[in-house]
Amino acid sequence: MAISIDEAVPAPAQAAEDAPAGRRRGGTARRVIEVVLLVALAVAMLFPVLWMLETSIKENRDVYAVPAKFFNFDFTTIHYKDVFVGRDGGRSDLSGSFLNSVIVAGASTILATVLGVPAAWAYSRFTLKAKKDQLFFILSTRFMPPVVVVIPIFLMYRELGLIDSKLGLVLIYAAFNVPFTIWMMKGFVDEVPAEYEDAAMLDGYTRLQAFRKFTLPLLVPGIAATAVFALIFSWNEFVFAIFLTSSQEVRTAPPAIAGLIGGTTVDWGLVAASAVVFALPVLVFAFLVRKHLVAGVTLGAVRR
Amino acid sequence: MTTTTDRPVQEASQTPPAPGGSPRLSDRGLAVAFISPALLLLLGMSVFPLLWALYLSFTDYSATRDVPANFIGLRNYTDILTSDQVRIRALTTLIYVVGAVTLQTVLGFAIAYLISRRTKGRGALTTLFLVPMMLSPVVVGLFWKFMLDAQFGVINSMLGSLGFGQVEWLTRQRTALFSLIVVDTWQWTPFIMLIALAGLTAVPNYLYEAASIDRASEWFRFRHITLPMVWPLLLIAVMFRAIEAFRLFDLVYILTSGGPGVSTETLSFHVYKVAFLGFNTGTASAYGILMVLVVIVLAQFYLRYLNKLKEG
Repeated sequence: MAISIDEAVPAPAQAAEDAPAGRRRGGTARRVIEVVLLVALAVAMLFPVLWMLETSIKENRDVYAVPAKFFNFDFTTIHYKDVFVGRDGGRSDLSGSFLNSVIVAGASTILATVLGVPAAWAYSRFTLKAKKDQLFFILSTRFMPPVVVVIPIFLMYRELGLIDSKLGLVLIYAAFNVPFTIWMMKGFVDEVPAEYEDAAMLDGYTRLQAFRKFTLPLLVPGIAATAVFALIFSWNEFVFAIFLTSSQEVRTAPPAIAGLIGGTTVDWGLVAASAVVFALPVLVFAFLVRKHLVAGVTLGAVRR
Repeated sequence: MTTTTDRPVQEASQTPPAPGGSPRLSDRGLAVAFISPALLLLLGMSVFPLLWALYLSFTDYSATRDVPANFIGLRNYTDILTSDQVRIRALTTLIYVVGAVTLQTVLGFAIAYLISRRTKGRGALTTLFLVPMMLSPVVVGLFWKFMLDAQFGVINSMLGSLGFGQVEWLTRQRTALFSLIVVDTWQWTPFIMLIALAGLTAVPNYLYEAASIDRASEWFRFRHITLPMVWPLLLIAVMFRAIEAFRLFDLVYILTSGGPGVSTETLSFHVYKVAFLGFNTGTASAYGILMVLVVIVLAQFYLRYLNKLKEG
C-alpha cells in the first residue's frame, strides 16, 4: 500500500514540450495561467477545511468576530477538551457517540466483509444462472434512496424491537455495504488467476481448501482496502442513524454532531472541533487506500 | 491424478473427487453456500422493505394511529401525480440535480485537465483536492452553514471587505437553492475530477505524438483525442452523480431544512416530511415507490452503459 498516486497514475502526455520553438513563448504564458488557475481552485477547495481547523482552535469571541479574523486570533484547545470531557468532568455525550460510531461502523464492516467476500469469490469463479443480472440487481439495491428505504425499515424494526438499537444500525449498514463489497471484491478476485485453485485441486485439495489456503491470502490487501471503504461509508452515514436511533446510549456521531446546532445558541467552536475529530480518521483511512479510490467511490463499478 | 506423491499429509485419507459429475455438484453447493447469506441479507433489508412499502402505498396507513390499514387502490398515486406541490418539488429537484451536476462536471474536468498537464506534484495536488469528497455530508453541511451565516459567516465577511453588501445565503428564497448547489458542488467536484483524471491519464502517449507530428493544433488534440478518450468514463461519473444528487437528503436537512418556505425542498426531503412529520405513511410510501422507480430507471441506464463499456 506504499505506492504513491504518482505511481498509480501513469505520467501524462507531455506533448506541449515538443511544440515547435515559435510557439514556446505562448506556451510559457499559458503555463503560468494554468498554474495560477490551479492554485486558485485549490485554495477555493481547501479554504473551508482550513477554516474549520482554524475555528476549532479559536477563542469563542474570535469565532464570532466581525470582520472574521484570519490570523491574529487567540489560540485555545478548550473546544477539543469539550468534545471528550463533559461539563461535570466525566465523559461527554459526544465521546460516547464517537464510541458508538466505532462499534457500529466496525461491526457492520466485519459483517459485510464476512458475507461479501465469499459471495464475490463465488461470483468470480463459478458459472451461475443469470450471473450478470444478479450482480446488477445487487448493485441497484445500493442506489435506493435512504430516506425511502427508512420508512418500511422503521416499521419493520418497530415490529422486531430493533428501533434504537445498535444491532439494527449494524444490520442496515451491512446491507448497504454488501453490494459494494461484492462488486469491489469481485474485481480483486478476478485478478487472481483461477489456475492457482485448479493446480491446488490437482494436488488433492478441495475447492474450499484451495480458496482458503491459496486465494484468500492473495486477497488480503484487497479485502483491507474494501473494508476501509465500507468503514468510511458506515462512519459517515447519517440518514438511517437519525431516524432509527434516539437515545444517547445508541446514537452515533453524525446525528450527535448535527444535534449540536439544535438549540438557540450554537457553540460553533465545539461544532468545528467535533467535526475535525470526526473527519480526521476518515481522511487518514482514505489516504491509506488512495490507490483504490476510483474503484471505491464508484462502488467498485469502475476499475482501471 | 491419484498418483500425485507430494499430496499434503492431512489430505492423505481423503480421496480426491473423480472428474465428472460430482465436483461440479459440489461447486454448485459451494456457490450457493457462499452467495445465499449475502443475498438473504439483501432480501431481508432491501427487497422485503420495498415490497412492504409497495403494499403500504395502496393503503391509507399511518404509523402513529392504531387503525388497521384500509386498501384505497391507486388514490395515493393519483393524488401525488396530480398535485401542484409535488410538481414544485420535482422542479426544485430537477434544478438542483442539473445545476449541481453541470457545475461539478465543468469544474471537475477543468481541474483534472489542469492537473494532468503538470509533471511535478501531481500526487500531492490530487490528494489535496480529494479532501472534501471524503468528509461526511453532516460535517460539510454544518460547516458551510457556519461559513454562510448572514451575520458572522466568513463568506459575508470577505464580501464585506471587498465592498459588497451582506447576502442572506440560506434564508432567502432565491439564494438558498443556489447555496445548496454551491455546497454540493464543493463536495463532489473532486469525484468528477478523480474519474476524469483516471480517463485523462489513460490516453496513450503515441496519440499525442502522432498529432504533434501532424502539427495538429492544441484545440484539435483536445477535441479529437482527449475528449473522445475521456468521455465514456466522464459519462459514468456524471450518471453516478445524478443518481446521488437525486436521492440527496442530509445536506438539505442540515443546511436549510427545505426552507425558506419550500424553496429548497427536494423530493427526498418532501418524502421525509410526509412520512415523519405528517405521518401519512401510505402516501409517503407511494412517493417512495415513485422515487425508487426513477432511481431504477437511472440506475439501469448507468449499469447498461457500464456493461457496454466493459465489453467494448
